[in-house]
Amino acid sequence: MQAAINRWKEIAVMAKRCMLLSKRNPDTLLTSIMLPALMMVLFVSLFGRLIEIDGTSYANYIVPGVVLQCIGQCACVTAVMVNNDLSSGIVSRFCTLPMKRSSILNGHVAEAFIRSLVTTAVVLFAALLLGVRPYTDAACLGMFFLLLCGSIAAFSYAAVVIGIAANSAEGASALSALVVILPYISSGFVPVDTLPPVMRVFARYQPMTPIVDAIRSAFFEKTLELDVCGGALAWCAGLSVLFFGVSAVMFRKKVS
Amino acid sequence: MIIKLPLKGQFYYRYIHTFVRYEKEVETKKVKKGRKMNQQDQNDKKNEQTPDAAVFVRGLEKSFCGKAVLKGVNFTVLKGTVFALLGSNGAGKTTTVRILTTQMQADSGIVEIEGYDVQKNPHKVHETMSVTGQFSAVDHLLTGTENLVIMGRLHHLLEPKKKAMELLAYFELSEAADRAVSTYSGGMKRKLDLAMSLVGNPRVLFLDEPTTGLDPQSRRSMWQMIRELNENGMTIVLTTQYLEEAEQLADLVAILDKGTIIAQGTPENLKAYLPQGVVQFSFPDGNCFALAKSLLKDYRVSEEAETYKLSVFTDGRADTLAEIFARLYQNKVRITDFSKHTPDLEDAFLAMIEEREEMTDASCN
Repeated sequence: MQAAINRWKEIAVMAKRCMLLSKRNPDTLLTSIMLPALMMVLFVSLFGRLIEIDGTSYANYIVPGVVLQCIGQCACVTAVMVNNDLSSGIVSRFCTLPMKRSSILNGHVAEAFIRSLVTTAVVLFAALLLGVRPYTDAACLGMFFLLLCGSIAAFSYAAVVIGIAANSAEGASALSALVVILPYISSGFVPVDTLPPVMRVFARYQPMTPIVDAIRSAFFEKTLELDVCGGALAWCAGLSVLFFGVSAVMFRKKVS
Repeated sequence: MIIKLPLKGQFYYRYIHTFVRYEKEVETKKVKKGRKMNQQDQNDKKNEQTPDAAVFVRGLEKSFCGKAVLKGVNFTVLKGTVFALLGSNGAGKTTTVRILTTQMQADSGIVEIEGYDVQKNPHKVHETMSVTGQFSAVDHLLTGTENLVIMGRLHHLLEPKKKAMELLAYFELSEAADRAVSTYSGGMKRKLDLAMSLVGNPRVLFLDEPTTGLDPQSRRSMWQMIRELNENGMTIVLTTQYLEEAEQLADLVAILDKGTIIAQGTPENLKAYLPQGVVQFSFPDGNCFALAKSLLKDYRVSEEAETYKLSVFTDGRADTLAEIFARLYQNKVRITDFSKHTPDLEDAFLAMIEEREEMTDASCN
């Protein structure tokens, strides 16, 4: 029992440490707070008047895409932080403390969680200012929150894997930029059918599309499309478990 | 500049031979360990390990990509003593420390910290010891206090803040407590690093090259701190490239070269293996230099051909010195300058490494 409590305390301390670090890093503030709001405003003001999809305004349409995109940006920061920790030698120090080694990574993910939630709040606030009005049905909001948590977990553990795998902070940043591109090649910004053939096939079968569709359905449709949401949640859960496992194995290899 | 000392002195051979015998003993012990541990072997182990050993290392081996870095390292550090692992770059010092502090797994061998096996009981080991690595492992964006408080929390201390304040005061960092570590000087960072290692009140402290890259003044104050920690009962294992450091701090010095410990003893012990005197001659030109070299070929010498300098190893007696001078004088070798010095641990160190290299070369051929 005490061991379990200590475990949670360790994760909390590590998360707090990461939060302090990202608070001190102007880069993080920029990507977490400024960028998402800017993205929302830019996309809507650039393309908003030109594009109308399925009878909803473009501002409505891109909210899920921007949310995912911003979670991806947050994950980038985590990848870089994990890499920095490994290369600076502080992880070696943590590994000689009487604590679980997994708490180091879980702390990073916990911090990414909080940071991503803040970012999402910023995006949604910007969206509200731009005239987006989602349904505020309890079930829909609940589903939205579940989807959000699922995708944050998947992105964060993926970022941890990238952070461990990369040879340098630059590498980690570049690799995770690839992940950030994924929401663009999905139904996040334009309907999949309007994409060029090769991209269309990719977009249809990559996890971002069901996740984006599910968030959209939770947000703007009166009845939840449970099969879409279920599929998206399954993707999130599968990816989270996969990346969690891979990160644990890679971390153990790296530090011993 | 490294002065090569091609020492062929009798006592060196004797010394190395003793050493080889020692290694063989360990070899047989290791084979025993490799077998299934029966009662007898376990008793052996108990007998072998004294109860006051803080660190117990036997038959430690580690290779990377097929290249052996540690080839059977053995040593025991008694509680409350300072042990220095001395070696040049690439000798395997850091690898040893990393294995001893559970950051790396050995291919074979036994490591126990205060009686706890590092492989079987890492958690206990973590509670017992602490390590300060070669590169400062602190968060540079955080302040000194924040760094220490995080450490305290991870050690599940009840009052991490209080402990942080105490340590900052002890290391004279109180004034910089609330500044980001990135603004600290090298010496301050090293002090904070050491403070971080002390948060959990370790009984055994590992220091991997604690003064590398520090200016002389910071080095002295670091030495003073290490001494104080030891006086308070802490066992300290440090690695260093500096003989002076080992001489200053350590109760026991082990010289690690190419993955094996080639010598072990108190600093005085090790120095006792040295020739008693070294005389260095400077010659005006190449001819004199060459002539002197051939005249003194029955002495052990080390040369610096570019500057026409020749160091001659003697038994330290004045008669020997007189004889050398006579020989040079009679053959009209001009000498521009000469100096005599007493060898220090550095000479012993280099000599031992040199000797071993020659022995390996000989056995290869």
